[in-house]
Amino acid sequence: MNWTWFPEYFPLLMQGLWLTIQLLVLSMVFGMILAVPVGLVQVTGPKWLAAIAKAYCTVMRGTPLLVQLWLLYFGLGSVFAAYPEIRQSMFWPILREGYFYAVLAFSLNTGGYSGEIMRGGFLSVPKGELEAARAYGMSPWKVLHRIWLPRAVRNVLPTLAGETVLMLKSTPLAATVTVLDIFGVILRVRQNTYIIYEPLITAAIIYMALTFLITRAFGHLENQVPSRR
Amino acid sequence: MIPEILTFGDKGFGDELLRGTQFTLLIAASAYIIGICIGLIGASAKLYGGGFSRASAATYTTIVRSVPEVVLILILYFAGTRGINNLLGLAALGPIEVNGTLAAIVVLGVVQGAYHTEVFRAAIQAVPIGQIEAGKAFGMGGLQIFRRITGPAMLPNAIPGLSNLWLVVIKDTALVAVVGNYELLSTTASAAAFTKRYMLFFVTTALIYLTITLVSNYFIGMLENRYRRGQARLV
Repeated sequence: MNWTWFPEYFPLLMQGLWLTIQLLVLSMVFGMILAVPVGLVQVTGPKWLAAIAKAYCTVMRGTPLLVQLWLLYFGLGSVFAAYPEIRQSMFWPILREGYFYAVLAFSLNTGGYSGEIMRGGFLSVPKGELEAARAYGMSPWKVLHRIWLPRAVRNVLPTLAGETVLMLKSTPLAATVTVLDIFGVILRVRQNTYIIYEPLITAAIIYMALTFLITRAFGHLENQVPSRR
Repeated sequence: MIPEILTFGDKGFGDELLRGTQFTLLIAASAYIIGICIGLIGASAKLYGGGFSRASAATYTTIVRSVPEVVLILILYFAGTRGINNLLGLAALGPIEVNGTLAAIVVLGVVQGAYHTEVFRAAIQAVPIGQIEAGKAFGMGGLQIFRRITGPAMLPNAIPGLSNLWLVVIKDTALVAVVGNYELLSTTASAAAFTKRYMLFFVTTALIYLTITLVSNYFIGMLENRYRRGQARLV
């Protein structure tokens, strides 16, 4: 075992850990913002909107995330780079970064998966509760944000915890588009020092610890919800 | 109208993409079969094994399911390559270049095995214990009970999990592109880099993966209907 590299790369590893957490949180937040309407229109929306949402979920769930990421980074990136107007615009410093494409791809991807989860969540809320809310004279919007959405989210919390862990396990793919997350740092250590196993094992341990923390955090959240069991 | 660059022959990359697709399907199917074998062993270790085999199975599934697939693929890829060469060194043979496709199959198989273990464990646990006891009462041995009772009875429970894992393994083959290979995504990446037609190639590849998934879904639906016959309909 050779750990001589560890002190030197420790600060970089911490930065990588921070980037990984950023990637995870941003993707889950943007993903959920997408997932709620995607799930909702499949349950109550007009047919054409439901069909679009369904197609979106099918495409996101039917193709590998790495393909989606490379399609956006290399494909869309090269399209952007072809237009001088975009290259000279104020957004170019963002549009040039692998980080942007990683967050974009991860959010779109988890939006598809969580959209399906939310669809199930919306369906699982008993009809009587929604009817009761309407009988009180709540507007559809009020029914949604007071009753339907909170109940749906609580019902699918365990599934969302699983999706968050899956998302965490997908973040290392960002390293393939130049993002220096934990995995990116590990790859750099390997490149610079020719040490293979110790860095990879370090990465494995960090990801296991993060997985453990996520499961604990969601377990805590689930306990906040009073339930009859 | 197919652009010339995607046609078959010298000018297009059609034949390369087709070969990549074949490799992807080969890797996925082989890894899936290895995963099923590991899964059956792992599930019986978890359900019927002694303390040691239970603990090892639990460690295996916990680690594999909480570490990202890319990290596992790199660890197992390098460890496997070095391990084989060390063995060959002991046998006084020179180091060999480990076949990338074979390595990918074994690595993905080991990853899949952990998920298959959980699927089979849950499916076997759902078989009513009375049926197994009835088998024992008839004087059947362990393997006979599995072949005649537990195996067929757990299949309907296992099929949704198994079909899900098939879709997962197809998508996981793309991760092998990180260590370089001949499968679909690696082929696409080099073709795209060579021609600078990134958008075209990646969209084509996404469509190929989507087609594989949709065709698989169709057959999975048929399979589920077949194995659910005789069971109460789900709502």
